[in-house]
Order: sequence, then structure tokens, then C-alpha cells
Amino acid sequence: MAIDTDAWRPSAPLAHLRLRAELLNRTRAFFAARGVLEVDTPALSCAGATDPHLASFDTVYHGPGPRHGQRLYLHTSPEFPMKRLLAAGSGCIWQLAKVFRDGEAGRRHNPEFSLLEWYRVGFDHRRLMDEVAELVTALLADRRALGEPERLSYAGAFVRHCGFDPHRAGVRTLRAVCRERGIEPPPGMPEDARDPWLDLLLTHLIEPELGRGRLTFVYDYPASQAALARLRPGDPPLGERFELYLEGVELANGFHELGDADEQRARFGAERAARAVAGLADVPADEALLQALAAGLPACAGVALGFDRLLMLAAGAGSLAAVMSFPIDRA
Amino acid sequence: MATYSTNEFKSGLKIMLDGDPYAIVENEFVKPGKGQAFNRVKVRNLKTGRTIERTFKSGDTAEGADVMDVEMQYLYNDGEFWHFMDQQSFEQISADANAVGDSGKWMKENDICQITLWNGVPLTVNPPNFIVAKIVETDPGLKGDTSGGGGKPATLETGAVVRVPLFVQTGEVVKVDTRTGEYVSRVKE
Repeated sequence: MAIDTDAWRPSAPLAHLRLRAELLNRTRAFFAARGVLEVDTPALSCAGATDPHLASFDTVYHGPGPRHGQRLYLHTSPEFPMKRLLAAGSGCIWQLAKVFRDGEAGRRHNPEFSLLEWYRVGFDHRRLMDEVAELVTALLADRRALGEPERLSYAGAFVRHCGFDPHRAGVRTLRAVCRERGIEPPPGMPEDARDPWLDLLLTHLIEPELGRGRLTFVYDYPASQAALARLRPGDPPLGERFELYLEGVELANGFHELGDADEQRARFGAERAARAVAGLADVPADEALLQALAAGLPACAGVALGFDRLLMLAAGAGSLAAVMSFPIDRA
Repeated sequence: MATYSTNEFKSGLKIMLDGDPYAIVENEFVKPGKGQAFNRVKVRNLKTGRTIERTFKSGDTAEGADVMDVEMQYLYNDGEFWHFMDQQSFEQISADANAVGDSGKWMKENDICQITLWNGVPLTVNPPNFIVAKIVETDPGLKGDTSGGGGKPATLETGAVVRVPLFVQTGEVVKVDTRTGEYVSRVKE
């Protein structure tokens, strides 16, 4: 097999690496002007991501101290230690963190990437959506002309692009919509769980249409997809979560943050049970986070934005490799 | 046969779907913000040549297809089957009209063809990119016209009909590109 003699070179042109530095400087200025504190939290933790759809890298620490011989997980986001800072009274905080997700690689995925994550005390998810739009618009200002940001509820997105209410439709309806729209369902789709079907329709039919020429925020997710968001009671109850899309690319995920320790413990338990059913390795839940929530998380909203994807859109590139120095195949 | 996880999917990989062998043309990993990840793949049916799109849940597996490309020498056609020989082992195999398809009109005895085998049976047969064959029939054309413009149909000994310049005559030998069906040059025997 021929050896690629250019494999040592960065996959991104130097102009895109300069763009990365410039956007980072402007991000730092954006938060400094708003009095949001830049913080740094560890990438290694004794707790991992319990979400069955996230795979943590893990390693074992050998050395002095109480962690000797212990399995440690590389974080999939800096969310839990940042919430511990919030509970300790930090006020509004942000950071750009390198995060790690096993099993994710493609044009828009790399197992190691930069996540811009920030928390605003006293904000709800709606007010945070405004601020996300301000930051992204400011960073793209001289590179992309954007129309007025759009807000679309999760239900509204499904009604517009698939013609049904995702909160009411059963698996039979979801399967029928797939067939009608020419999607051959993957083998092994469940008969009793709706979320994988909703995800299938979202990735194939809806996401590619979102954020065309403007920022599109999708908000109010099904309770089963609330992740770490508060639930708003109602019929049906909805997760106060949002996602940002631009040109069909998912850019950010935000929550009106769940502060209830008991509810958080129950969600960790449900996720670990789902991992067991799916035959995935068990992952310890973050007890320190639960203690911090019990001590009191100030009411806040938080968001994580894929910085490399934002760069990709700013550069007008079609893949992350065009804006990362060394993606996984060159790492 | 081996099974392949979606993590091993890449273009060119041969897998089985609904009982037919397919080659992966394109593989894209997609994942909503939170939730189930999928691999959207474009696959080409190696029997029909048709390309379709399929989706797998990321981490699931597909059975590999026992498909390989070999070079074999074309021997003869017995009216129903085309017979080929492996030049190393001298082993012979036969291909039916389904496998040979349109390539039949380019088959010239002793030429080396590329054959795609599925479970050891010919699935498709490709002629060499260029063949050299005798013209068995073409209009005489106009004496002295060497402009090459226009051209005329000519039937080759293999059965194919190609457009040749007016000055090329019956009984002459020509080189033809089988991929485009175009005349390349006259060949002196």
C-alpha cells in the first residue's frame, strides 16, 4: 500500500487556522464585555456520560493520591464541573473546552472537538437563545449574510416538514411517514419506542432544511428528549431545551437547566438502565454534580456550541477537516 | 463471511442486503444533537448496477459479500454460455447472458476480461478497455475522402457496431474503446 507522504500536513489551510484564532479572540471579547467569567475545568473525571447515545473514552490513572488505579473518563462536555462552579457561587461562566466522544467521525464529527459552553445565571432558555443569536451573528458578520433568526418549536418543525404532530404520533404513524418519504427504516428499529423514529425523520428530512440563510432555533423538546433540561408541566409536558441550526448543520444545544437533584438522580438512573438494556458498559453517575444540585444550583440556562462547526460555516467549508489542524485520521 | 460494523463502512466495501451483493459508494455519519446516530449509505447493487440509499443504526453490522474481481481469458461462446479460463490455474468457468449483458458484443477470443465473482459465480463481465477487431461489414464510402467528418457505421467481428471514418473499409482491423464505444485508430496487421 502506498504511503501518503503528505499525511504529516494539517488538513486545514493556514487561513482557516488564522480564522480560528480570530474568532476565538472575538468570542473572548464578547464574554468579557458581558462580565462572563472564563473558567477551566478538568477533562478527566471519575464520572462519565450516562447518556446511552454518548460514548466516553476512558483510561486508568496510575500514580500517587486517592485516584490511584481508578478508571477516569474523558469528558464529553464540561457541563457537570461547570454546574459545580455555578453552585459554588461563580456567577455567569464560559469556557472553550476540548471534549471527547468515542464512535463519532464523519464530515461533521470528529471524536475530539472544541465545545464553547456557557451558563447565564437568571436566564431561561428563551433569553439564552437571544444571546446565542447575538454571538453567532457577531462572529459570522463579515463572512455570511444572515436573515432574521427564526424560532420553531420541535412540534412546528415536524408539522412543517413531515406533516404530523411528533408529540402524539405513534410508532405506526412514524413508520408510515418513513415509507411515504422513501426512507427505508434501518434494521432493528424498535416497535415500542418513538424516539429513534423521531431521530430518523429529524436527521433525514428535517435537519437538512433547517437554518437556510438564517439561524433556526428549535425549542420545546419531548420530555423523553429533555436530557438535562427542566420540564415544563402541560399536556404534553415539554423539555425546555433548544437546538440551533445553520445551513442544515446542528450548531448548539441549550437547556433551561434542571436544578432538582432528585430528578437528576432519577434521570441518571433511567439512562444507566437504558445502557444495560442496550448492552452498553455501565458508567458511574456524577455524584459530585448531585451534591452540588442538592446544595443549590442558581436558576440558569446553559448552552454548548460546536466551535469547529461554526468555523466550518464561517469558512464556507463542507467538512470539519477543512478547519481542524489534524482531524482523527491525522492525529 | 465476515460481518462489518458501521464503523468499518467505507466506499468500496461489499456487503449483503436483501440477499443481493452491494458495494458501498458513500457513507455518511449523522446524529441529531442528542439521540440515535445513523449511517446513511449509498450502495450500488452489483447485479443490477442500481444505486439506492440505506440507513443503519450506528454500531449495527452488515454481512460481508463474497465478491472478488479476477482477470480471465475469454475462450468461446457455445450459444448459451460464455466460457473463460484462469490463466494461472487453467480452471474454466462459464458466464450466462445476465452476467455478460452488453459486454457480449465486445468479446473477442483470447482477450483478457475482468470478471466479478460472487460466491465463485460470475456476476458481471467487463471487456478490456480497448479491443482490436476486424470490420466484417461497412459501406464502401467515397474514394478519396480522408476528412474523417461524419463517419459511417461498421460492424465488428465481435458483433458491436461502431462509427468509423469514411476511409475505413471492410476487412480492415481497428482499435476501439469499449468504455465509450468509439473508434480509436486503424491497426496494421
